Amino acid sequence: MKLTGAQILIKTLIEQGVTDVFGYPGGQVINIYDALYEYRDEINHVLTAHEQGAAHAADGYSRATGKVGVCIATSGPGATNLVTGIATAMLDSIPMVAITGNVPNSLIGKDSFQEIDITGVTLPITKHNYFVSKIEDLADTLREAFRIAKSGRPGPVLVDIPKDVQVGKYDYEPQPVVEKTPVPKVKECLIDEAAKLINEAKKPYIYVGGGAAGLGMGKDIVEFAEKIGAAIGCSFMGLSSVPQDNERFLGMQGMHGHYASSMAQDQADLILAVGVRFSDRATGNVSKFAKNSKIIQLDPDSAEVNKNVRVDLGLVGDVEDSFKRIAKKCDKKDNIDWLMQIRKLKEEELGFEAEIAAAAKVPLTPKQVFDIINELKPAATITATDVGQHQMWAAQYSTFDRPRRIVSSGGLGTMGFGLGAAIGAYVATKDPVILITGDGSFGMNLNELATAVTYKIPVVIVLMNNGVLGMVRQWQTLFFGKRYSNTILNRKTDFVKLAESFGADGYLAETQIEFKHAFEKALKAGKPTVIDVRIDKDELVLPMLPPGGAIADMITNIK
Amino acid sequence: MESNKFVLAVYVDNKAGVLTRVTAMFTRRGFNIDALTVGETECPEYSRITISMQGDKYVREQLINQLKKLYVVKKVEVLEDEPIKRELMLIKVKNESKNRSDIMTAVDVFRASVIDYSPEAMCIEVTGNPSKIDAFIKLMQPFGILEMCRTGIVALDRGTVTLLNK
Repeated sequence: MKLTGAQILIKTLIEQGVTDVFGYPGGQVINIYDALYEYRDEINHVLTAHEQGAAHAADGYSRATGKVGVCIATSGPGATNLVTGIATAMLDSIPMVAITGNVPNSLIGKDSFQEIDITGVTLPITKHNYFVSKIEDLADTLREAFRIAKSGRPGPVLVDIPKDVQVGKYDYEPQPVVEKTPVPKVKECLIDEAAKLINEAKKPYIYVGGGAAGLGMGKDIVEFAEKIGAAIGCSFMGLSSVPQDNERFLGMQGMHGHYASSMAQDQADLILAVGVRFSDRATGNVSKFAKNSKIIQLDPDSAEVNKNVRVDLGLVGDVEDSFKRIAKKCDKKDNIDWLMQIRKLKEEELGFEAEIAAAAKVPLTPKQVFDIINELKPAATITATDVGQHQMWAAQYSTFDRPRRIVSSGGLGTMGFGLGAAIGAYVATKDPVILITGDGSFGMNLNELATAVTYKIPVVIVLMNNGVLGMVRQWQTLFFGKRYSNTILNRKTDFVKLAESFGADGYLAETQIEFKHAFEKALKAGKPTVIDVRIDKDELVLPMLPPGGAIADMITNIK
Repeated sequence: MESNKFVLAVYVDNKAGVLTRVTAMFTRRGFNIDALTVGETECPEYSRITISMQGDKYVREQLINQLKKLYVVKKVEVLEDEPIKRELMLIKVKNESKNRSDIMTAVDVFRASVIDYSPEAMCIEVTGNPSKIDAFIKLMQPFGILEMCRTGIVALDRGTVTLLNK
């Protein structure tokens, strides 16, 4: 069957199981959009307000499901607008295929209109990328792109297709969905060594990261923790992967992690790290990180072992397989002293939280907002966030009733990520979606409100409005002598009117009761809603490990 | 410091843009290389990159692992136990009559050869271990070096083992 390159592209996407794509048309992708029109009954295209929104939507789509997210943009500015979205996916190992059009081969390299070397631009922020110069390579290149995106440690792959390749004709034969390239299994002697270290440990701590979250290992981890008497903590990317209804789970550790989780990690004598990369936000000063502890690291990516933190045993290979084999070889142990120690840490943590609550200055505190959200949100709710203080509060206070319920930019920390990502997560799952954002982040990409309204995406946007860039202000408060350089926004934006002008609902909430009512109404209305929640500008995210600091430097209150 | 030096041989796809991917990774990860050479191999579909670098075992391990993550990289090996290393240098020195016989003696001893000769300057080709090249440069310094360029190291393991089949 002879098809045009554009038709081959869309047919290959359909063949690879893609049902939804996010994008924005333009001069060098008109042919692709023509093919999308032709196959519109087989593949759904969501038109965003900006290509960055499309990239974040593809990313959110993937985070909520584990499927490969797909976005499409035209050459030049369309392609460069994807860049932040691709980098966001790269830093969090999210499988994504980004497709860009480019000028015809005959115009490449001549600084033609809207020509950009996007494979050059995205070289360090993709797992791999391709410029498809010949139509005969198109279908197989796309298949390879999907294979790379989802195999091993996932990540984004970009495929750049010049216009003449989209226009040309070539044979197309459907192929099955590509399989992931199997990750090699770890040698038995290393599994034995890991089991030996775990059996010797009296204070084990299982440290769960995005890798484990992506593999859906939460239940196995809890079972194993109960068997060996371990505590469980997670990195930011490990959030929502571990069932929260057991006392061994201490929540996120690190810079703004739970006190008990960070302390337990510091006091442990063995850390079993599952799919984590020991980010600086998680470790603080690496020379003081986990000094009392041996570390076993499970990861599919050999470059992650000994990259940031020197480990005692690195098991590079199939993480799930290694974990299960280790679990079988470990003895059942109570480690009752360790459990008591964990309980004590949790009690101390409750004390700090009470102190923070008592110091609240305005009627509505971040903790209260999340208490109401947690109480009212329906089952299976996905929490998307932007980046800043609100994100850390969401990480600390949100409850998650199943895996893949947090959609948030961890590694890159992309302000403006949330709304696009929330749209993608809803398109993928049709589950309830709330977006926790701040007035700073929301201001970056609020144009996607138009997309949410157009596609009737009932995202409830909880805009934690403090009139400042809260996270930077917090650093200025703590480390820069309260010199608030360019962090006071004080904008005159009326978010209620803004929401209404986009065709969404808008509410203002200054008290717990007002927020509760607004949130209830928003859930009921089933349409995009912005709730402008007023919080105090001097609320801090606590506890906090100062950048480059150690556990001993933890700030738990401000007197 | 000498013991921190190592030589890596890397087989990569013989395609456009491959060298960029490899060198971009060095920049991105902050690796500093001493020398890099690239050329065709016994297998037309692969090129061989020879990288000379310094660093402790963690740097070495990290570099190898990061290289292996690149889809264009087929094989990475540290060349251990004194591989055969060669480098070529072209060096142009002042041809003054009072120094001529000293230069010619050095050329003779180093088994180098004069490949261009004029009353003002001569161009000499030297091949050998990097340390031999260093020694030759030192020797030429008093005579006045006008210009020089070195290829960087190419290296092969000793014996019958080939890297692709290892």
